Amino acid sequence: MTRRLWHFHGGLRLEGHKAMSMHEPITDAPLPQRVVLPLSQHIGAPAEPEVEVGQRVLKGQRIARATEYVSAPVHATTSGTVVAVGERTVPHPSGLPAPCIVIEADGKDEWIERQPVRDYESLDPSALRNVIREAGIVGLGGAGFPSFIKLNPGPDKVVDLLILNGAECEPYITCDAMLMQEHPRRIIDGLLVMRHALQAKHCIIAIEDNKKVAHTVLVNALQEHEAEFIEVVQIPTIYPTGGEKQLIKILTGREVPSHGLPIDIGMVVHNVATAAAVNDAIHEGTPLIERIVTVTGEAVDRPRNLNVRIGTPFSTLLKSAEWREDDTDEVLMGGPMMGFAVPDLDVPVVKTTNCLLARPRNQPHRQPAMPCIRCGQCATVCPALLLPQQLYWYAHARNFDRVQDYHLFDCIECGCCAYVCPSHIPLVQFYRFAKTEIWAQERQKEKADRARRRHEWHLERLERKKREEEERRRRKKEMLRKSRAAGDRGKQAEIEAALARVKAKKAAQQAPRNTDNLTEAQKQAIAAVEARRQRLQQGDDGES
Amino acid sequence: MNLPEQSLHSSPHLPPRNSVRRMMLLVILALIPGLLAQIHFFGWGVVVNLVLAVGTAVACEALMLRLRDRAILPFLGDFSAVLTGMLLALALPTLSPWWLIVVGAAFALIVAKHLYGGLGYNPFNPAMVGYAMLLVAFPREMTAWTPIGADHLGFLDQWRYTLTGALPAGLEYDALTAATPLDTVKTSLGMDLTLPEIFAKHADLVGPLGGHGWEWVNLLFAAGGIALVFLKVISWRIPAAVILTLFLISTLFALPDPDLRPSPWFHLFTGATMLGAFFIATDPVTASTTPRGQLIYGAGIAIFIYVIRTWGGYPDAVAFAVLLMNLATPTIDYYTTPRAFGEERHGP
Ligand code: SF4
Ligand code: SF4
Repeated sequence: MTRRLWHFHGGLRLEGHKAMSMHEPITDAPLPQRVVLPLSQHIGAPAEPEVEVGQRVLKGQRIARATEYVSAPVHATTSGTVVAVGERTVPHPSGLPAPCIVIEADGKDEWIERQPVRDYESLDPSALRNVIREAGIVGLGGAGFPSFIKLNPGPDKVVDLLILNGAECEPYITCDAMLMQEHPRRIIDGLLVMRHALQAKHCIIAIEDNKKVAHTVLVNALQEHEAEFIEVVQIPTIYPTGGEKQLIKILTGREVPSHGLPIDIGMVVHNVATAAAVNDAIHEGTPLIERIVTVTGEAVDRPRNLNVRIGTPFSTLLKSAEWREDDTDEVLMGGPMMGFAVPDLDVPVVKTTNCLLARPRNQPHRQPAMPCIRCGQCATVCPALLLPQQLYWYAHARNFDRVQDYHLFDCIECGCCAYVCPSHIPLVQFYRFAKTEIWAQERQKEKADRARRRHEWHLERLERKKREEEERRRRKKEMLRKSRAAGDRGKQAEIEAALARVKAKKAAQQAPRNTDNLTEAQKQAIAAVEARRQRLQQGDDGES
Repeated sequence: MNLPEQSLHSSPHLPPRNSVRRMMLLVILALIPGLLAQIHFFGWGVVVNLVLAVGTAVACEALMLRLRDRAILPFLGDFSAVLTGMLLALALPTLSPWWLIVVGAAFALIVAKHLYGGLGYNPFNPAMVGYAMLLVAFPREMTAWTPIGADHLGFLDQWRYTLTGALPAGLEYDALTAATPLDTVKTSLGMDLTLPEIFAKHADLVGPLGGHGWEWVNLLFAAGGIALVFLKVISWRIPAAVILTLFLISTLFALPDPDLRPSPWFHLFTGATMLGAFFIATDPVTASTTPRGQLIYGAGIAIFIYVIRTWGGYPDAVAFAVLLMNLATPTIDYYTTPRAFGEERHGP
């Protein structure tokens, strides 16, 4: 089937470096001695632990529950004993620790009893979503947004098109390609479940045209299904065609509104790996406890894809791929365009870890940044149609109002601009900096508002106290008068009643403290900003 | 510059494929065909201009970097000073005295570039600032072009002339200089001659396209410029807008008045038109950077070129036209901000 395709502005044709990690089939990574499971592997509120140190858990057992709507539970990824619930370093650019549950594996890998859904089509979409939510499934393409939310179009929204994203446009990463090649049925079955949950009319599986094998395999697998509403579409290999908005543009010619979501134009995009996870959750009753990770790069001798338990340390995977540690410059989580260098290689694989990329030492290095010469090369490649040079200018000048006028928050941080910039300005870094700074400012403002409210409330309380004092005095006088009249009878009861009143009032005054509703990612971002500020204050090496 | 943390580790992690140095070097290479033609038609004076202007520019750049306490080598290595020197040298008359060249290049680098903050911060094209300053301050020296096709001074004689003003025995200054075609046409029209009369009087003034010799220089600069467009070093928009607008506007005026208004070909292929369109107007630092803005910017330059050539006080006008549009660049950029992805209205 051929389908008319559109194109998006900008983008880059990059060298794929994909073949190197596709020589071997997907293999299971070794069972680690310990797994470290961060409570926040997704966008949203961190999960809340429901196990204690010393407790034995089974593989697939839920160990932390989602307490809010935008959140995801965490499951034990092997059987063993909980040995710690506390802070561990997690894979995040800041290198800061975050709450985790650590399980010492007992080597038995004993499953909890699993309950597949027998006939999902008879299930109500909301019940289906709940199963998916309980399975801890989040977007596996990288963002980690809880998937059940994206399977909930809302009461009056019609989903015309459900897109499975198999573009995988970043160089080096092949986990989705390998998944499509080896497990097409899981993807298609997952897609069918998703379609049911969304009541979507039409489905597309989009694959970049450099993944011919995956395409053929999926097309063949589809022939076994009577599913004419599913279409497998090859799209051109242009980075970042896997970006949600770019993908929609290519496939339909439509643009997701700025600050909007695909659902606003009747579309939903999920990653192919997420579809496979949904399949496992529904048809096998398996929560999300493992994923495929590409371990690749010029500094490993046996680049390949591993089926990895969440919580496995990076170092274990690198060893499986015959990593040359001495020859490694840095290890990235994610691809070269959007990934980040991990400061500590004992951090665990999380749900969003799609790739470990070990970069060798001998490669040409980033050169020092020069001033922007306004050449506009960045704007030519920006898929979000922004003016990266202006964003840079205002981010650099810390003019956070203007930088938002130039649509800072439409920037998808794809890195195209920085890649072509002849002045080697780390543009994306500036945009992230501006974004976190703006968040921090907004949070600051919120704090100030809260303080103001607290102050007003304080004044009001003083006022009330005064009134009550007067009231009490008045009543005392009256009581005195009465007691003179009626002797001491009833005085005791009177006092007790007053005491109870005071107590009740006190209890009422313990208003709920304003809990911090920030997500882990935001907290970390803010912590990073703080750390940076301190560093700047300490060692300001000034102009460069 | 205070970079946020981890500037050396931020994504993307691929080695850069472009650099300011690469871009400037490609521009310099693309200038060479036109440069050779200019040497061919105007003699060694072009080379002497080049050596003096580039030498002064680089020396001033180094000096200013030193004074401003910047890293000298990375900035000198970007070749932007060399390019500024070259552009100025190509615009200066071939019989300029040494001090004219040195003063122009020094002014371009010191005042127009570094006093405004150096590479990337200068609002005006430095080479054109230098040129315009010389034109205003030393109008007489700025007309000392050698005639096309005449016997030129030898290499050493040219050096001696530029440095000391001494001519070889038996040569008169007047015999060595000639007004440029643009200049001749302008003065003659001012004396109420018609174009056919002018061309009849100065038989050697024009070729099939534009000024004799100048047409080749222009064609070759255009060829180099087109190569730059294909290499994506410059955008096609600015040169296209300059050329098209100049063509349209000169056609518009020449059609009803062919005897008094030179043809579009004359405007396009005489003087510094192509050098200006492809190499000067496209200076990234001072040009508009938005797609629509670049079209407006280029069109504006062409309009100013035509207006100044036709009604203004100077025979050629590229420098002033570019400088005037430099002035408008921030405004143009602001009002032509492209529509962001998923956004309906235009602009910020
Ligand atoms: S590519 Fe770099 S130098 Fe060119 S305009 Fe963009 S930020 Fe400035
Ligand atoms: S990182 Fe942002 S500004 Fe740069 S190209 Fe991508 S979307 Fe555009």
